[in-house]
Amino acid sequence: MSESISPAIEPKPGHRVPAPAVHEDADHGGHDEHGHGAGPHLAHHFDTYQQQFDAGKLGIWLFLLTEVLFFSGLFCAYTVYRGMHPEVFVYAHYFLNTTMGAINTCVLLVSSLTAAWAVRNAQLAQRKLLVLNIAITIACACTFMVVKFFEYQHKFHDGLLPGPAFHPTEQVWELDAFKKKHPEAAEYAEKLTQLAEHKGDVSAVAGAIDLTRPVTGKFERPTEAQLEPLLKAGVIGPAAEDTTRPSKPRNAHVFFSIYFFMTGLHGIHVLAGIGVWVWLGIRANKGQFGPKYFGPIDYSALYWHLVDLVWIYLFPLLYLIH
Amino acid sequence: MAAPSTTVDVVAPRSSGSDNYLTHDKGVLSWIFTLDHKRIGVMYLCSVLTAFALGGFFALLVRTELLTPQRTIMDHDTYNQMFTLHGAIMVFLVIIPGIPAALGNIIMPLQLGAKDVAFPRLNLASYHLWIVGALFMLSSLAINAVDTGWTFYTPYSTTTSTAVVPAAFGAFILGFSSIFTGLNFIVTMHKLRPPGMTWFRLPLFCWALYSTALIQVLATPVIGITLLMMIVERTLHIGIFDPMLGGDPVLFQHFFWFYSHPAVYIMIVPAFGVIGEIIPVFSRKRIFGYKFIAVSSLAIAFLGFLVWGHHMFVSGQSVLAGTIFSAITFLIAIPTAIKVFNWITTMYKGVIHLDTPMLYALAFLWVFTIGGLTGIFLAVMSVDVHLHDTYFVVAHFHYVMMGGAITAFMGGLHYWWPKFTGKMYEEKVGRVGAALVFVGLNVTFFPQFILGSRGMPRRYYNYLPEFQPLHVLSTLGAYTLGIGFLLTAFYLYKSLKSGKTAPMNPWGGATLEWHCSSPPPYYNFHKPPVVTAGPYDGYENLMYDETISGYVPRKEKIV
Ligand SMILES: [Cu+2]
Repeated sequence: MSESISPAIEPKPGHRVPAPAVHEDADHGGHDEHGHGAGPHLAHHFDTYQQQFDAGKLGIWLFLLTEVLFFSGLFCAYTVYRGMHPEVFVYAHYFLNTTMGAINTCVLLVSSLTAAWAVRNAQLAQRKLLVLNIAITIACACTFMVVKFFEYQHKFHDGLLPGPAFHPTEQVWELDAFKKKHPEAAEYAEKLTQLAEHKGDVSAVAGAIDLTRPVTGKFERPTEAQLEPLLKAGVIGPAAEDTTRPSKPRNAHVFFSIYFFMTGLHGIHVLAGIGVWVWLGIRANKGQFGPKYFGPIDYSALYWHLVDLVWIYLFPLLYLIH
Repeated sequence: MAAPSTTVDVVAPRSSGSDNYLTHDKGVLSWIFTLDHKRIGVMYLCSVLTAFALGGFFALLVRTELLTPQRTIMDHDTYNQMFTLHGAIMVFLVIIPGIPAALGNIIMPLQLGAKDVAFPRLNLASYHLWIVGALFMLSSLAINAVDTGWTFYTPYSTTTSTAVVPAAFGAFILGFSSIFTGLNFIVTMHKLRPPGMTWFRLPLFCWALYSTALIQVLATPVIGITLLMMIVERTLHIGIFDPMLGGDPVLFQHFFWFYSHPAVYIMIVPAFGVIGEIIPVFSRKRIFGYKFIAVSSLAIAFLGFLVWGHHMFVSGQSVLAGTIFSAITFLIAIPTAIKVFNWITTMYKGVIHLDTPMLYALAFLWVFTIGGLTGIFLAVMSVDVHLHDTYFVVAHFHYVMMGGAITAFMGGLHYWWPKFTGKMYEEKVGRVGAALVFVGLNVTFFPQFILGSRGMPRRYYNYLPEFQPLHVLSTLGAYTLGIGFLLTAFYLYKSLKSGKTAPMNPWGGATLEWHCSSPPPYYNFHKPPVVTAGPYDGYENLMYDETISGYVPRKEKIV
């Protein structure tokens, strides 16, 4: 930090510096009319660019800290719920589209790279490259939101909504993701469902589901290894909603509540980031940034890395559950 | 010790009063969109005082209702709404922003020797957010006032028919206002200190605000996300907190108190800072144990994060967890007691001037000590099981919040009033006001300790007839408090119209704000000050000048 405060810098009352029109936009510009002529982007209450930059940097780090804490409440709720109801998470993960999540992860990583590069461009006053990198960052962010939009649309379409609105159109064992992984378990769940529906033989199904009871009728109970996926996903067993037939775990909707809450809040941060980058892109195009004044690009890049980082945590927590 | 002759390169105020921050610009817009920390502070001050009047009005309604064991003036639903509004307004709109955002905004940059806070626009934004948050909160009052208590406990808050969402959203926004103030203050104190202003030359008020700001930045986001989850739970029934949908209501309590216990220190630590300014000045003696007082603020801020479970001894938390929370809560008594002992030692053999600010500081020492010690009762698990949710708790936190935070706020308001406004209030009436507040406070809340220990539960509308005499006494105390505050409002207002012009340094303080004219110039300092001594050094070099009723530097300096 700068301690080299020269007493020679004395505000001259009444001395007005003709501020450029763009000056109004300065993130932390102050009372412009009594700047002391040290530079167009130096707010009056700072003595040097270095001091102004250091203040902004500390400020953005503190802000990011609050962001981390803001998200931490949700991560905490996630942890508590996953600890209490692991079956809900196992159940829900079959519904998730890992490919789309993975694409979005890559997209964000690329945008983080271009954001970091933009900082370097600003420092070296490479105006064209700076604008280009900001444009790529914005493009990636928009791609992320478009993918997110399609993902949400699929979820809505499949009835995967938060809270009491959660009515999946397909049972978990009917999903390709489940069938591929546990073909025998899927087949068995299908059989039990048919038995319960067509034959109306509820007690036989209940007997088959309840592993402590002997199997009646023509049923052959699968091995425990084959049953395990159903138990773990809460389709049958003590965590299931319905004990007379294969069903979903109790409160399965909570996963999608957390899912939409976390990804939604993250999405709002991405949108905010797009807004900031557009604004900075316009300013960069006017050639406002250079080796002396590149703070806003630096701070926004830091913010953008955090948005990226939160996603890096969200992706495995919400998409890669096993 | 070779005390330096002056602390700053004092520039005599050129024609004080002609151009100061109050007169620099004219018009309403020059206030609403000002970036000047002093003007923002003044707007905060006016808003906070308005909210204080409103919260106090609700308190008087609640106390009036409690005059009789049955219905007195309102039905039980209205009563629930009244105490909720009283609590929510006093906590979120008055005490949390009171000292930091109102007094601190004006004084901290001056004490630091800075021209402004680090981010003036953010400072203005946090004030505007305060206004928006307050409007949301009041809109709940207009729709169907919230009746959950200020704690918004689930599942009641997610099921009651009253307007919880606007109130909670208001608190959410107010949280961001508080975060931005804290962030701004931390950066200001790190980056805008002038030459010679080392950390251990910072006035104790700045140390207190720094510790407070740390808590604001680290704890407030958690209440933000919690309130947001509660709002979404209430509107979309997502099942995170509602046990009917598989949620966990105790999780809400954990989140809530993870913020709201540290928030108690957001309310009281700035008060410590004010007291640390007033006591040495009015004892005409250097503060005793400066470093201990400064660092104990940080210790309180740190420990404050580890004790939230003491609000949940009877919420089904494990006994082991309860024991740990209880033990850490005891630890907080240590840094707090360090402060109180150092203040008392500062007064020892001092030349004590019993002016209004000092009367408030002495009142603070008395009531805060009672409030703090009764807190230790409540930190003992076995005792807490008996006292939990009784008037004992109500009395305890009012002794700390009202007796501590508000008394210190009043002290600070009187101490810096000449600096803010350039006017002196009527000192004699000020003393009467302080006495009324002190008496009213004790008469209101001391009987509540007795009520609580005898089993009177908090928040109840009806009560057993045997409790009536103490309730009546408490209500009479509340009326006394009301009169005291009305009197204060009256003479402060009068001072604006017809008060004597304030000198630069009416009390003989050595911190930098007393080196500015009263009111300060727009730029705070014509030249960046160069600090060469501590904030409480050099009282011996000041002498009282009767012609201006203020202190001036001694001609012949005592070395
Ligand atoms: Cu507490």
